[in-house]
Amino acid sequence: MKIGNARSIVAGFALAALFTSSALADGVVNIYTYRQPDLIKPVLDAFTAETGIKTEVLFLDKGLEERILAEGKNSPADVIMTVDIARLTSAKEKGVTQPLVDDEVNKLLPSEYRDPEGHWFGLTKRARVIYASKERVKDTAITYAELADPKWKGKICMRSGQHDYNLALFSAAIAHWGPEKTEEWMKGLKANLAKKPDGGDRPQAGAIAAGECDIAIGNTYYVGLMRNNDKDPKEKEWGNAINVLFPTFENGGTHVNISGAALAKYAPNRDDAVKLIRFLASHKAQQVYAEKNYEYPVEPGLEPSETVKAFGTLNADTLPLVDIAKGRKAASEMVDRVGLDDGPNS
Amino acid sequence: MLTGGNNGGEVIGAAGIPNGRPLPVKRLRHPLHSAFALAIGFVVVLPVLSLAFVALSGTGEDWPHLIDNVLPGATRTTIALLAMVATLTTVAGVACAWAVVAYEFPFRRVLSWALVLPLAVPPYLAAYAFGEFFQYQGPVQSLVRSLFGFETIRDYWFPDIRSTWGTAFVLGSVLYPYVYLTTRIVFLMQGRNIADVARTLGARPARVFWRVLLPVARPAIVAGVALVLMETINDIGAAEYFGVRTLTVAVYTTWLNRGSLEGGAQIAILMLVLVVLLLVAEQWARRRQRFHAGRGTHLKVHPSRVALKGWARYALPTGVALPILCGFGVPITVFGQYASRRLEQFTSPDVAKAFLNSLMTASITAIVTVAIALFLLNAQRLSKGRAMAATVRLASVGYALPGGILGLGLLFVLARFDNVVDGFVRAQFGFSTGLLLTGSAAAVVLACTIRFVALAEGAIRSGMEKLPGSLDEAARSLGKTPSQSAAKVLLPLLRPAILTAAVLVFVDTVKELSATILLRPFGFSTLATYVYENASRGVPEEGAVAAIVIIITAMVPVVLLSGALVRDAEASL
Repeated sequence: MKIGNARSIVAGFALAALFTSSALADGVVNIYTYRQPDLIKPVLDAFTAETGIKTEVLFLDKGLEERILAEGKNSPADVIMTVDIARLTSAKEKGVTQPLVDDEVNKLLPSEYRDPEGHWFGLTKRARVIYASKERVKDTAITYAELADPKWKGKICMRSGQHDYNLALFSAAIAHWGPEKTEEWMKGLKANLAKKPDGGDRPQAGAIAAGECDIAIGNTYYVGLMRNNDKDPKEKEWGNAINVLFPTFENGGTHVNISGAALAKYAPNRDDAVKLIRFLASHKAQQVYAEKNYEYPVEPGLEPSETVKAFGTLNADTLPLVDIAKGRKAASEMVDRVGLDDGPNS
Repeated sequence: MLTGGNNGGEVIGAAGIPNGRPLPVKRLRHPLHSAFALAIGFVVVLPVLSLAFVALSGTGEDWPHLIDNVLPGATRTTIALLAMVATLTTVAGVACAWAVVAYEFPFRRVLSWALVLPLAVPPYLAAYAFGEFFQYQGPVQSLVRSLFGFETIRDYWFPDIRSTWGTAFVLGSVLYPYVYLTTRIVFLMQGRNIADVARTLGARPARVFWRVLLPVARPAIVAGVALVLMETINDIGAAEYFGVRTLTVAVYTTWLNRGSLEGGAQIAILMLVLVVLLLVAEQWARRRQRFHAGRGTHLKVHPSRVALKGWARYALPTGVALPILCGFGVPITVFGQYASRRLEQFTSPDVAKAFLNSLMTASITAIVTVAIALFLLNAQRLSKGRAMAATVRLASVGYALPGGILGLGLLFVLARFDNVVDGFVRAQFGFSTGLLLTGSAAAVVLACTIRFVALAEGAIRSGMEKLPGSLDEAARSLGKTPSQSAAKVLLPLLRPAILTAAVLVFVDTVKELSATILLRPFGFSTLATYVYENASRGVPEEGAVAAIVIIITAMVPVVLLSGALVRDAEASL
């Protein structure tokens, strides 16, 4: 046992020496991200190619804000990247971001997609749309409200109501319709489900291809990724089995969420971090996002990729994003109350 | 041997002592030793304490909603899941252990080690594989359709794997080896002696199994099932993937979707209290029983296995192969198929780096964890104090916490430590040490160590329980100190238990995901995080190669262990 202890001490030192990264070296931006490294790699590579500044990426699936808070002043994080407006505003509320007022960035990014104080910046848009079976659905337009119409009984598929993307959609509905009407609507939606919500957005398209349901709720870029997936014929089949319909709110447009970035509170490499955020807002990066990830660029006037253009025209809802973020908790509680995730037969 | 009716406590030379009361043996006290053990125990409990602190800082404002809409359903689901998984793993584990120990049939040897293989498959991978295998386009339903001529999904009914029972099926399929491993050892080491005694007294085989062997194996079964249940409670991957709303899922939605870490921590701590109560209740239920061999009365002959005849000769191996096909066959088929289209990844530097990181983390964690478990158990053996016993028990409850939550508790403690050290060094010496632990992989190793102390502790404790207390008392009566007697007498005898502990921790560290992903430093990927990064952006196929490497990395020690245990047990007969 004595041996074991000695070993553990030696091992501890060896570990510290072996694994401590050189992330604090010069010319590096440290990124804490909720977005998967492969998704942001193309833009980051372009950034390094242009500026010579390297990037270090740490992917977390939860607890990113808590980690920065715990690390405090010693936190190596320079830039935070994430999807979902509620996560961006929550980073600001938890105090892990710092304001950045930069003329160049502010000129590039439209004001509706960034924090007025500069705590976060929206970089790409994605619309939450309806995947409709090419074979069985002849409707050319379906509104969000119609998802509760009994004519779709047993025909709708979706991922968990507690997922970020659905919570944002429900929160937008609450902002448009008020809580009572939204809850009624959610009950109708639940009754229309073909099966218990599960999986991600792509498998919903798979379920349509298999005939389990006729329509599903999903994000736009997944369709681009599926239709252009050359490695997996199954996914191509799924992507081609569906049409994209743009649902709208009455007196509004299609619900849009963003992915974005923020300057971390303690950012040890602040200057380089600001350069990265400027780059992410630039025309070049916006094009990469559009072409490789099939997202909608936030840059006014910049076209999405050909695949995405083929979906039709996006008429984005004008509801302020911060209002959507505010309703997240209410939306999450509503999903529990209605029992949306229990599926149609409960 | 089962000697019920003793008044508990340590008995020296179980037979021949009036009233069964222990002889007064003077306990040597080592204040330094105990203090150190308490300190280690404290470190292991720290993340739980840190979470308790978070929970207490909450207001309780989440509770009206939780009580009205979440907890009743989540509790029912969790209990149902636990009951189903416990039943599945007990039946599969005990039946298979008994089959390979008591009967002779074709492929017995191969099957007896292959039964351990599912342990190499992480539950989140198994869930994905089962989902693919049993979904509409999967091979099973396709076969059903072509057999019966169904055209569409609406033509027939097929059980939905994405359900509570489906989750139980998946978890049971990969977790039953815990029960199999612990039970088989007992059957090998003790079962046959008393079984033979019972048989010579005229008991029929079935009666021997139910009345003698099962009760003897009870602590081993319980030890195995306890591990299974803790893994079931802390599972988030399989439950989330199948959309099953367990208490653990409620912890995460409360924290992440309603922004209340305090509320999430409160649910987690309550779950922990339940687990502790369960463990205490089980201990209490067998408080008057002792299970180790009183004296060395092992028969020196190998009782022969019953050779099966007729249809049973083929039915038994088929039945025994079933859990292997589920827990190992299905995942390896699904991921193997994806991996076969991405063979080039087997030589990719990213996968190689992740493999080395996994290997290194798991090896170090296994060594440290076993050392800690031995140290704690030895301290408990020597001190007999209630405080020590409680510390050792507490040290293992962290296992029931979901890894992400435990990691968070640890993160708060480690980061505080790092910053205090940094502040001190800055003030005294004028330079910065930065984040010593949270900035390096040391945090990951620490997290896995703390998480898996329970595994090592459980495995070694059950090994110790099989040894008569009189063994090292004898050594000490010959003038050896407690530590000497532990090192010279107990350690060699505990070799199989220590090996088991090390392998279980190694394998679980290779599979560990949630704590690793939260605490790792920049540029540090393990195989598990590599797989997860791909799975979480909706392309698990891209992680298939790493998934296969995980399974192989975990499989090698598991198979070696299985063989070593059988040799050891058979040698001891």
